[in-house]
Amino acid sequence: MSSATGAGHHAEPHGHGHDAHGHDAHGHPAGAHGSFKSYMTGFVLSVILTAIPFWLVMSDVLGNAVHTSLIIMAFAVVQIVVHMIYFLHMNTKSEGGWTILALIFTLTLVVITLTGSIWVMYHLNTNMMPTSPHDLMHHKP
Amino acid sequence: MHTDTAPPGTEAPAFYLDEDHAHESSTMLGFWMYLMSDCLIFAVLFATYGVLGRNYAAGPSPRDLFELPLVALNTSMLLLSSITYGFAMLEMEKDNVRTMQVWLAITGLFGACFIGIELYEFAHLIHEGATPQRSAFLSSFFALVGTHGLHVSLGIVWLIVLMVQTAQKGLIVENKRRLMCLSMFWHFLDVVWIGVFTFVYLMGVLQ
Repeated sequence: MSSATGAGHHAEPHGHGHDAHGHDAHGHPAGAHGSFKSYMTGFVLSVILTAIPFWLVMSDVLGNAVHTSLIIMAFAVVQIVVHMIYFLHMNTKSEGGWTILALIFTLTLVVITLTGSIWVMYHLNTNMMPTSPHDLMHHKP
Repeated sequence: MHTDTAPPGTEAPAFYLDEDHAHESSTMLGFWMYLMSDCLIFAVLFATYGVLGRNYAAGPSPRDLFELPLVALNTSMLLLSSITYGFAMLEMEKDNVRTMQVWLAITGLFGACFIGIELYEFAHLIHEGATPQRSAFLSSFFALVGTHGLHVSLGIVWLIVLMVQTAQKGLIVENKRRLMCLSMFWHFLDVVWIGVFTFVYLMGVLQ
């Protein structure tokens, strides 16, 4: 299947197709849309990286919530990277490196927002006046 | 005077080609910037959920509410729609309008299934009394997952519009650019969903 699509690709004599390739050669090296093989690689990896976390949680394989949380978060990070590479075709060269720069900047802001909010609000919670006997038991210094 | 008229015949096309390329390129980069700002919206919603997600107000907790088999089905719908959109893009590269539209239609159907399952889940939750007003956890849950669902719904509308546009005008340069933008949008929503099912559903059930 892969080779058949590849052959069709090369045999394409149209002006439009050719134009698009000229653009790709400039702006998006290695093809802006990927190939059948790269999409399938991304898909298979995603299925595996999705199935394992669901399996870990649904059948409670490890029996430890903290360890399982850390592992499924690691799987999520890996899957996001897989999607970025195989589906969104991120690389360091597209648009002269501006897309990766925007991504890095955004990720920095995301990390600050998430860790900052959770960190600050967690401490705010522990410093609150207890409102119920249950809270009193948990938040006693 | 004569120097003005004779040589430019060779210079002009090079100039227009450059201009055209810069235009195409800036659209894709601009759309990427939009996606990054959209990513910040989701980051704030995730942070809100992270802060408020354990405040049940003596109401139901994620463990009482979430049904992981349904979430797994939903996740597979979105993942399948991602790969079928990828196939549509491959057909677009080969200028097969018909086949591309078939793949777009399949993508739209998977997207519609995703939205259908999500609406069923929401209706089920609300029926059980787990409305957004019930607790801070549920408010932040509906805000985050609802915003993602709204994005997917608008993506489906965009997809239908592009199917009509490609049916009318074929795969002209403008339509290809639009299809590439929607491709980025669609895959981006799948990336956000990875965060949702990990952080909200799986870790919610774990607690």
